[in-house]
Amino acid sequence: MEETLQIEKSTTPLKEREDVIKVEKLNKHFGDLHVLKDIDLNVKQGEVIVILGPSGSGKSTFIRTLNALEEFQSGKIEIDGIELTDDLKNVEEIRKETGMVFQQFNLFPHMSILRNVSLAPIWVRKWKKEKAEKIALDLLDRVGIPEQASKYPGQLSGGQQQRVAIARALAMQPKIMLFDEPTSALDPEMVNEVLDVMQTLAESGMTMVVVTHEMGFARKVADRLVLFDKGEVIEMAGPEEFFENPKEERTKAFLSQIL
Amino acid sequence: MYVNNIQQEGEFNSQLEVTAGTHLKRNNNSNLSESLKKNLFDGWKNTLLTVLTGIFSLIVIYQVITFVVTNNWDVIYDNLRLLMIGQYPIEEIWRLWIALDLVSLLIGLTWGLWKGAGKAVAATFGSVFFVFAVIPWTTLNTSLNLTASIALIAVGYFAGDRLDGLKIPTLILWALYIPLALGLITGFGGLLEPVLSREWGGWLLTVIIASISIIGCFPLGVLLALGRRSELPVIRYFCIGYIELVRGIPLIMVLFIGQLLIPLFLGGETGIDNVSRAIIAYTFFAAAYLAENVRGGLQSIPAGQYEAAQALGLNKFKLTFFIILPQALKAVIPALVGQFITILKDTSLVAIIGLADFLGTARRISNNPEYLGRYMELYIFVAAFYFIFCYLMAHVSRHLERSLSKGNQ
Ligand SMILES: Nc1ncnc2c1ncn2[C@@H]1O[C@H](COP(=O)(O)OP(=O)(O)O)[C@@H](O)[C@H]1O
Ligand SMILES: [Mg+2]
Repeated sequence: MEETLQIEKSTTPLKEREDVIKVEKLNKHFGDLHVLKDIDLNVKQGEVIVILGPSGSGKSTFIRTLNALEEFQSGKIEIDGIELTDDLKNVEEIRKETGMVFQQFNLFPHMSILRNVSLAPIWVRKWKKEKAEKIALDLLDRVGIPEQASKYPGQLSGGQQQRVAIARALAMQPKIMLFDEPTSALDPEMVNEVLDVMQTLAESGMTMVVVTHEMGFARKVADRLVLFDKGEVIEMAGPEEFFENPKEERTKAFLSQIL
Repeated sequence: MYVNNIQQEGEFNSQLEVTAGTHLKRNNNSNLSESLKKNLFDGWKNTLLTVLTGIFSLIVIYQVITFVVTNNWDVIYDNLRLLMIGQYPIEEIWRLWIALDLVSLLIGLTWGLWKGAGKAVAATFGSVFFVFAVIPWTTLNTSLNLTASIALIAVGYFAGDRLDGLKIPTLILWALYIPLALGLITGFGGLLEPVLSREWGGWLLTVIIASISIIGCFPLGVLLALGRRSELPVIRYFCIGYIELVRGIPLIMVLFIGQLLIPLFLGGETGIDNVSRAIIAYTFFAAAYLAENVRGGLQSIPAGQYEAAQALGLNKFKLTFFIILPQALKAVIPALVGQFITILKDTSLVAIIGLADFLGTARRISNNPEYLGRYMELYIFVAAFYFIFCYLMAHVSRHLERSLSKGNQ
């Protein structure tokens, strides 16, 4: 994917790379509900972070604040050197740098697959139609469904739709990809086709933040795992340590429930 | 048992690959009689009901046909021009024919280029023209003009069928059609002999009021629906206030208000004619209802659509007009077209403010002592015309819906 995506796959070790996501003391309330509590999290260029946690623990809310789909009350978010503020210019810039994939795919049902993938580059990046469509077709090829370009979302299976959604996000050439439970709405037999695409993407050097319950994927692909519970980060560790030797009681409890 | 037999026979045939076609047909026929039997003659109650409705329908059809055939339709014959175009000056009628020719050509082109619902529209217009062209009492001039219109539909079809490049010009012509036709009818502001709106009448007036109101209320209603969801309280409350106010007032009153208040606001009787006032009143009235329909469509769009568009970095304008609105409008096509049909029928209320629309003209004619007691013929004629066009609109809407939902579920 290097060519279409222009990802610079870094050869420097992870530890010495720059942070592309910096989150400091992030707090978020829904009315009286304190959903995110003093979250600190830095993500290096090319790193894959997997966020785990029970339902309602604030995982979606956290990942959605990163591209300004949710507002936050205090703390600081910096994406690729741009601070996330109320300034619409900054929000615009950050959304250009981040792609997002949702649980429910959220493709535009009234547009063809090709149009779904090529429209944002044309409208937001101001590319020529030919260029955008060429890259869109290229991306559809990469996610394994080049032959569906002229169909409509409703004609595709869930797994295919989610792969189109990934292609659509990638078409904007983001530096960072956010995934919010991308396989939770899929029939079991379609989960792997989506995870495979995500793994390839991770191997190509994309910076990724992934909320998922797929433990196999987490163990294999993640550089670091983060456990959320009740709006707090409970534990943050590499896969080896996280699964074999967790420090916190709550992590052990969570793992014993899920494994 | 019987069904089983047929199925076996069918399998047998397909194995041997002999005359599958004819057998298939017979198969269908017996299925038809099967389903007739099941739906209409299933038990004595059902059979009795079927027989009774059958007899009743036959009586009604017989009565209608005898009435149509044996009746004296002189009243329509004598007043056809009045019913269709009111007092429009005879020496200027050629302009109306040109307007009709142009729309015929456009209908033909649309049919040829996009197929789909264009066929039904072309067929309906063609049939109406044909009926009027051949009934014995139309003048030669009318017959020739109508034949020309039919020919233009055909020309448009063949041109559109062959030349794909005509799509853009056709769309542009459609967009320009109403101003162009109005220019022709009024005389392009003095370029031709001016024909004042008080000389318009009959079906012509009905069509003018209805089409301009429909075209005008659509963008207005959409904007009101969007405004109702605006983040700016001033806009939001203005839209809510407007919609609720208008929906709380009867249409007739809106028409009266239009007659009285518009000149008051815009200064003087001379400024703006009766017909325009009626059109403005209809437009603003219908917009409030349309806004409510569109709002229903907007509410049916899941939040994920907004989020996906925002995450891709689309701005508010693109998000609203290219992602959300097309889906919302598609969802409410039946309601919107239902409302357009209502507007067409409600134009008959303008008789109350002294305009001679289609129905109003019929009523005036029936009041003429010369045609005492001939109201039946007039009203049947008027009803048939309304019905044909309302039905056509409903038909086109169903087609539109189907072709738009092609590919998505
Ligand atoms: N728009 C909202 N308004 C109010 N409360 C919300 C909203 N979205 C989420 N919440 C609440 O915030 C908490 C965290 O939700 P979420 O981030 O979706 O959890 P997760 O993704 O980990 O399951 C939950 O208690 C949820 O009910
Ligand atoms: Mg969630």
